[in-house]
Amino acid sequence: MSTNSAMEPGTSMEEQFEVSKGINPWIRWFKLLLRSKTGTTGFIIVLTVCITAIFAPQIAPYDPDAMNPANMNAPPVWLEGGTSAHILGTDSLGRDMLSRVIYGSQVSLLIGVFSVIVAGSIGLVLGILAGYYGRWIDNLLMRVVDAFLAVPNILLLLVILGIFGSNLITLILVLGVTNWVIYARLVRGEVLTLKERDFIRAARSIGTNDRTIMFKHILPNVFSSFIVISTLSVATTLIIEASLSFLGLGIQPPTISWGYMLSTGRDYLATSWWLATFPGLAITITVLGIIFLGDWLRDVLDPRSQGRRP
Amino acid sequence: MGRYLIRRVLQVIPVLLIISFIVFALVYMAGDPVSLMLPEEASQEEIDSLREALGLNDPLHVQYGVYIINALQGDFGKSYRYNQDALSIVLERLPQTLELAIVSMIFATIIAIPLGIWSASKQNSYIDLIATGASVLGKAMPNFWLGIMLILLLSVNLAIFPVSGRGTLMHIVLPAITLGTAIAAEMTRLIRSNMIEIMQQDYVRTAKSKGQKDSIVTYRHAFKNCLIPVVTIMALQTSGLIGGALVTEVVFAWPGMGQLLVQAVNARDMAIVQACVFVIAVAVILMNLLADIIYRMIDPRIKYE
Amino acid sequence: MIQEQEKPLLDVRNLKTYFHTENGVVPSVDGVSFHINKGEVIAIVGESGCGKSVTSYSVMGLVGQPGKIEGGEILFEEKDLTKLSNGQMRTLRGNEISMIFQEPLTSLNPLFTVGFQISEVIMLHEKVSKKIAKQKTVEMINKVGIPNASKIYYSFPHQLSGGMRQRIMIAIALACNPKLLIADEPTTALDVTIQAQILQLMKDLRQELDTSILLITHDLGVVAEMVDRVIVMYAGQVVEEGNVFKLFENPKHPYTKGLMDSTPKIHERKEELYSIKGTVPTPMNMPTGCRFYPRCEFAMEKCKEKAPELLEVKQGYHVRCWLHEEGEVNLDEEFNRKPATT
Repeated sequence: MSTNSAMEPGTSMEEQFEVSKGINPWIRWFKLLLRSKTGTTGFIIVLTVCITAIFAPQIAPYDPDAMNPANMNAPPVWLEGGTSAHILGTDSLGRDMLSRVIYGSQVSLLIGVFSVIVAGSIGLVLGILAGYYGRWIDNLLMRVVDAFLAVPNILLLLVILGIFGSNLITLILVLGVTNWVIYARLVRGEVLTLKERDFIRAARSIGTNDRTIMFKHILPNVFSSFIVISTLSVATTLIIEASLSFLGLGIQPPTISWGYMLSTGRDYLATSWWLATFPGLAITITVLGIIFLGDWLRDVLDPRSQGRRP
Repeated sequence: MGRYLIRRVLQVIPVLLIISFIVFALVYMAGDPVSLMLPEEASQEEIDSLREALGLNDPLHVQYGVYIINALQGDFGKSYRYNQDALSIVLERLPQTLELAIVSMIFATIIAIPLGIWSASKQNSYIDLIATGASVLGKAMPNFWLGIMLILLLSVNLAIFPVSGRGTLMHIVLPAITLGTAIAAEMTRLIRSNMIEIMQQDYVRTAKSKGQKDSIVTYRHAFKNCLIPVVTIMALQTSGLIGGALVTEVVFAWPGMGQLLVQAVNARDMAIVQACVFVIAVAVILMNLLADIIYRMIDPRIKYE
Repeated sequence: MIQEQEKPLLDVRNLKTYFHTENGVVPSVDGVSFHINKGEVIAIVGESGCGKSVTSYSVMGLVGQPGKIEGGEILFEEKDLTKLSNGQMRTLRGNEISMIFQEPLTSLNPLFTVGFQISEVIMLHEKVSKKIAKQKTVEMINKVGIPNASKIYYSFPHQLSGGMRQRIMIAIALACNPKLLIADEPTTALDVTIQAQILQLMKDLRQELDTSILLITHDLGVVAEMVDRVIVMYAGQVVEEGNVFKLFENPKHPYTKGLMDSTPKIHERKEELYSIKGTVPTPMNMPTGCRFYPRCEFAMEKCKEKAPELLEVKQGYHVRCWLHEEGEVNLDEEFNRKPATT
């Protein structure tokens, strides 16, 4: 009846949405990211930390292990006695703080990412199995989860690392093994609800085997909340790793880690406050970035939150 | 209620069994304790007789059985360093840790409730922005770093509070703020998001349509409903709270279980370690049980099921 | 017609309630005028999103963020409610004007006994002691037809059935003898048999307490059951207003006709129910001219260009449609006269 399509009722956001669906998904995600201030901030922080970690040798002004007995505990540049040669000052052995903070990002990132991969894979597999098969497997798994939840993570880590000693690989494995429960619980819960959904029933009724159902039909549907939890748990892992270093059971020197720098810096609190401050600041900012990014992901991916979906 | 409690308590048994199994396995892997318990110049015979006395020559399942029976009686062995029953050493330290945890919790609650409600009621205002910002920051900061920074500022530079130790009221302020900040951050976020959701509920609209004052609508009608999820989730974080307390204790040299544990781990004093793990696990389980009961008291819908 | 001379209890004049959303301003209620006389029952009818609920919330002063009353007057006993302070509004709410809602389960606070929830409003407005409030509450529970009132007093909402819960809501609303009761889809969430009981209860209590009722509904059956006068809203505006019998017998606005044709009737057998083509326009693409014309079977060139005003076609009967510009037209006859081109 009408020739003017702009006036046709029903041309709403949905249709504009259809149009935008055609563009490259990366661009669509990027546009979505730019709409959120905190998401963008988080993304920039995380990207910066990643770049810093990867290109640490190129970025760092000094060799982080080069000692300079002539210039120990030098304050940062803006304090009296600071030089622009060492912007963040030097530590008790005369090593450049900025270079050490830059190199510290490597370990944090490595541990954060890989331990989450370990924890995530264990949790994902066990969660799907328990949720899908139910019965005694589920019962057993949930009791194990309860047991892990009843013991503070850091306590278990202390005990295990105290027994086995810690290097990068054990730390990653142990962080993974103590952290899988949150994934298992999440995935199991999701699977329990998914299992009752029509498309799974339909798949089962046409005789699809269990493995195909679990990994082809259920897994992709669990994935978005899984990604959100993983992102956020990189943040907690970073903090736990730092706490372990602080307690003397984390990464051992000569590997440079923020947590260890912080704990040694604590001994010089009265004279050289920057030694403990900058590594802590680095951890805080990194974690902040990850939390921002994770919260944004949750808003976008999780249908239960009210955020916009891509 | 009674039946429910019994069922819940029964559920605790397998959980404790699993914990005992994990701990047993860890201790077993930790290796032979005998070398630590005897002086270096001990003869082979002395070593052998101690091994025999400790039952270390028995098959593994027998060792586990004995271990469980002992654990049930609260016997985790003797600490070789203190030469004393491990459990009693740990229990001596428990009140100090609880003191820190409870004071921190109170501090967190006092801050989080008004802040959470306030920022929920003024969504997207400056107050809200500051509150949410502070709560994210509180989550992002490593607990012990905050502690160190507080020491730097308030003890070293301004000399208001003592650097470490326990004794006067002033001693607990910094540790409590340190530990409390992390809890308050999580609690504020929880209260805010739940309040925002609850303030849109129909019954809040009903309360407003009665002509009730905003403050009564908020505190009587909305906040009570908000408590249900908040109590539940906060209880689930008990183990995190205790974990945080352990680290905080080390920062401030607070003479609680955390300090004891770290020393025990470093000295491989496995009796103390085991006793610590069990005491903490039981504490966490009890807290969760308590939260469950509180939650049933707030929510009449559950009681009659 | 002496009654007409009397000042109406509620007189809404050119009310504009807009929502300021991220995507622009949504004029949910766009210049609505109507009145309710003392003891009268009127209904506002329309599809969801037509602004009928927002109108009622505007009267209650409960339009929440990001909504705002942008213009017009709401005269309640000649006081303009839009000019009252929050505190003044609170003394009226629940006392002189009260409201019941669609969903009785979610509208009652799950953590308080129903007795407390009724006595709360009594204590608030009548400033009586707890004991007297309780006594009055038990009376109210009796009055809304729930037996065993002193026991029910201590029940929680989840222990009651849907019909009982709505009776409790009515008890809360009528506890302070309000002059105006706003009922927002009071029966929509209930079973059909319960619906009839609740409507009967509202009718009885209205007789007893002499309360005016503003009924918000999309259910024309409910309207026929208990209403004196009907207001039909479409896209934030009143499109037709008049006596319930006249309106049902001979609707003047094509939209009203469409609404009635799409309601099943017991004694008519039809192959297929009529449905109005198209959908309600969103504020972002509101048609110029008449807001209904893209969906209208009677649309003329004029409708596309110029928005019609609310015309008084008879004494107390208003329609917003160009068809009636030069005197009243019967839609059925008009429809048959039209060449079957579409």
